[in-house]
Amino acid sequence: MGMTTSNQTLDEILALAAVHFKVPREKLTPDDDFFKALGINSLQALDLLTKLENHFHVELPDYELQGVSDFRTLANRIQARL
Amino acid sequence: MSLHREPCNEIGSQTLDELEKFVATLERLEDKAHALIIYSDVKSGFCAGADLRELYRRSREMARTDAARDVREYLERIHRVMNAIDASVLTTIAAVHGVTFGGGLELALVCDLIIADKMARFCFPELRLGLIPGFGGIPRLKRDLGNAVVRDLLLTGRSFNTTKAQQIGLVSQVVGEGEALRVARATAAQLGKFDRRTAVAAKRFIKPIPYEELLQEIDIFCELFTRPAVEDGLRRFVESTDPQPYLP
Repeated sequence: MGMTTSNQTLDEILALAAVHFKVPREKLTPDDDFFKALGINSLQALDLLTKLENHFHVELPDYELQGVSDFRTLANRIQARL
Repeated sequence: MSLHREPCNEIGSQTLDELEKFVATLERLEDKAHALIIYSDVKSGFCAGADLRELYRRSREMARTDAARDVREYLERIHRVMNAIDASVLTTIAAVHGVTFGGGLELALVCDLIIADKMARFCFPELRLGLIPGFGGIPRLKRDLGNAVVRDLLLTGRSFNTTKAQQIGLVSQVVGEGEALRVARATAAQLGKFDRRTAVAAKRFIKPIPYEELLQEIDIFCELFTRPAVEDGLRRFVESTDPQPYLP
């Protein structure tokens, strides 16, 4: 995988979340609360984390997501591990 | 053996009763079968571990000394179940997907092999509640993995995915989403071609059961359980309206 920019990472997260939780991509924006926008609970959020770790080939300890609920901050956390 | 209690096969008194009944039939199965597969019919995962809500409710209803006795009895019962599956002459396979946390991971750990869906997620979150794993997790982790890995998993309490689980030697096969049970059955069919007496002798030789440490674990858990910090931790978990109660 080549160098991925923050915007690319964010776009890929939004696309993956939309497909995985069957939400139209155009309804998701970077600053959305992903719990609300995707209609998910904490267990499903772990599902999202697993999906993202598999996609980006990174390991993101769940405590790094404490208090994180918007796609943009999530992308920054992942970007920091790429 | 299928686990089928919503939301995620939490192990409370009812599930424990059923596990005990299953284990009581294990010896009879040993004459008819060569393998045991443990899997979950519940979409969210294999098993989220002990039913913390029931544990909290029961301990609240009792005086502290009675609560300590109650939790020890509960742990001794679950240990008998876990030890019986661990020592079974059947070759045991956990086919896991989704949430495989705490006591759920400990249930998988008693099996000879773990076959995991790539969306499975593992965790020993007990330290986040002021406890240690109580269903035999630490002695079995120490038996199966390197001590540095055990410290990482226990002391951080972080969850990890199937790729990591295979890297550290916890999971034997990683399979696509929804494929764990099928692959477990195919693996069991392959094992059925081998001579049973040899398989049983090999298992006894390579998989010792750490009985002494298992008893120590119960003692440490019970000693920790009656502290106010644990009650606070359990209460925070049970009463939490936070969207991330699994990520304290």
